[in-house]
Amino acid sequence: MDEAPAGTPRPGQSDDAVDGVIRTRALTKRYRGGQLAVDRLDLTVPKGSVFGFLGPNGSGKTTTIRMLMGLIEPTSGTAHVLGHPVPRAARTVLPHVGALIEGPALYGFLSGRDNLLRYDAADPTADPRTRTARVAAALDRVGLTAAAGKKAKAYSLGMKQRLGLAAALLRPRKLLVLDEPTNGLDPQGMREIRSLVRQLASDGTTVFVSSHLLDEIEQMCTHAAVMTHGRLVTQGPVAELAAGARGRLVVTTPDAGEAARVLKEQGVGDLVVTGDRVSGQVPKRDLAEVNAALVTAGVRVRGFGVQRASLEDAFVALTGEGFDVAG
Amino acid sequence: MSRAETAGPAAGTTGSSPAAHPLWTLGLLRSELATVFRRWRTRALLGVLAAVPVLVGVAVRIETRDGSPAGGEGPPFIAQVSNNGLFLVFTALAATLPFFLPMAVGVVAGDAIAGEASAGTLRYLLVAPAGRTRLLLTKSAAVLAFCLAATFVVAVVALGAGAVLFPVGDLTTISGTRIGFGEGLWRALLIALVVAASLIGIAALGLFVSTLTDSGIAAMATTVGLLIGMQIVDQIPQLHAVHPYLVSHYWLSFADLMREPVLWDDLVKNLELQALYAAVFGSAAWARFTTRDVTV
Repeated sequence: MDEAPAGTPRPGQSDDAVDGVIRTRALTKRYRGGQLAVDRLDLTVPKGSVFGFLGPNGSGKTTTIRMLMGLIEPTSGTAHVLGHPVPRAARTVLPHVGALIEGPALYGFLSGRDNLLRYDAADPTADPRTRTARVAAALDRVGLTAAAGKKAKAYSLGMKQRLGLAAALLRPRKLLVLDEPTNGLDPQGMREIRSLVRQLASDGTTVFVSSHLLDEIEQMCTHAAVMTHGRLVTQGPVAELAAGARGRLVVTTPDAGEAARVLKEQGVGDLVVTGDRVSGQVPKRDLAEVNAALVTAGVRVRGFGVQRASLEDAFVALTGEGFDVAG
Repeated sequence: MSRAETAGPAAGTTGSSPAAHPLWTLGLLRSELATVFRRWRTRALLGVLAAVPVLVGVAVRIETRDGSPAGGEGPPFIAQVSNNGLFLVFTALAATLPFFLPMAVGVVAGDAIAGEASAGTLRYLLVAPAGRTRLLLTKSAAVLAFCLAATFVVAVVALGAGAVLFPVGDLTTISGTRIGFGEGLWRALLIALVVAASLIGIAALGLFVSTLTDSGIAAMATTVGLLIGMQIVDQIPQLHAVHPYLVSHYWLSFADLMREPVLWDDLVKNLELQALYAAVFGSAAWARFTTRDVTV
């Protein structure tokens, strides 16, 4: 892996020379065993987005993140982070990137504070004069100030996760890459992380967050991409992805049989009758007319509406499988 | 955190790319040295090494209580220890160089990269970004510092124990000439430096092994295993053709510094061999570490 001289400033060259904070083209990784972990990935992460990276375990998310961070070399294809090619320009790019990859990793025999001091010392572009202040600020930001002097091996999983996040926040970052950031946290901790991510995003930091928790992505992210078996299934704004999986028309009525007949006449396909509940694809025509037709036909309607599709429905529709199936 | 806020909206432009200050890059070396020497295992190794000269000194003292000279088999110089405590330095180095010292170095060197990999901290150092070449150089420097520290722990403790347990003064060289105590101390320092340099080969070998695996224990065991293997091969006369290439072959040549005049042949051969190991395994470690996929 070629290493560019650290921190060479390139005045005049903007990161936007290449569109997107992260952009990959036909990025492929085949491990030595022949296993294809990532297959021709075309990913574009817009600047300022909170980008959710979804996929079951083993779908290639972490391999992708490791390629973006210059830890592993792609078999073929290109990856740009902040406008620079990785892994070639990794040392120019990475000081601007905070990362939490596959959980935190700490020196158990060092205190939380000393762990951060060590990670900061590893960055040749980090000013040692502000080191202790920045470490204290990062500890404060994740709520670990009180436990900063404790040995890291005495930390709970949640505290380790927070310390890992603090390491990612040691310096002002343009991009944060967070791999499963809420792993091991209690619900209160999860809420705190989500609000931290929102706060960072509102400061203008682009956040790339991988998760297998769909509702988490739905709550946090503006954009999302879905991977399965090393391939990118879809990417785009979260609202569009959820809309892509169309909702279903649901009618609740004691006259289910009659309702199904009328709905079929009205052009509603894929009808399913279960007890007093009739559901089907949302027709193209005005739903008010469909409802009027039901009433005209004497169907006693208790409930009538469209059930909104969730990201999970979108995922199942796209991959044809449950979410937690290991790829 | 005011810097975070001001830098936030500027995200996406590397016009303000932070530059690496030449001196700041040494911060990693300081951190590495602190990390190595604060580790409980390092201190235990140094403690064991410190115990060797004390044990040898006490044993010689007990044996020679009745005035009889310490005789029989034993490490070089042991017979002279009761006459002059300074010889305990040479005896202790001769006793620890075949095994304890290189084993300690093998543990620290083998763990250098592989230990970080198995703890997962390697990926965070690399994304910091420490830089692979810089990290490897830092690790090498820290291992060499440990070689020096380990040797000096043995030498200094031996000097202290020797001065407490035995008389000190002028000493007789192997060649039979007398040299003053000051000159003796000077030779002791030189010998300690040569012993520390004798560990460079095993340090380079350990670092290379360390880049091959993600298990710290495996790297340590392999390095120490190679060390033992080479010493066994060194004892088999039929394999004399390979003996000059074994890292341990010229180790005990440091005794030649106690001759008058100093016999340089084997000393130089030893240093050349250590340099050869450093060059070969250092480059191999660099080639491996800068191209490997870090998947842990």
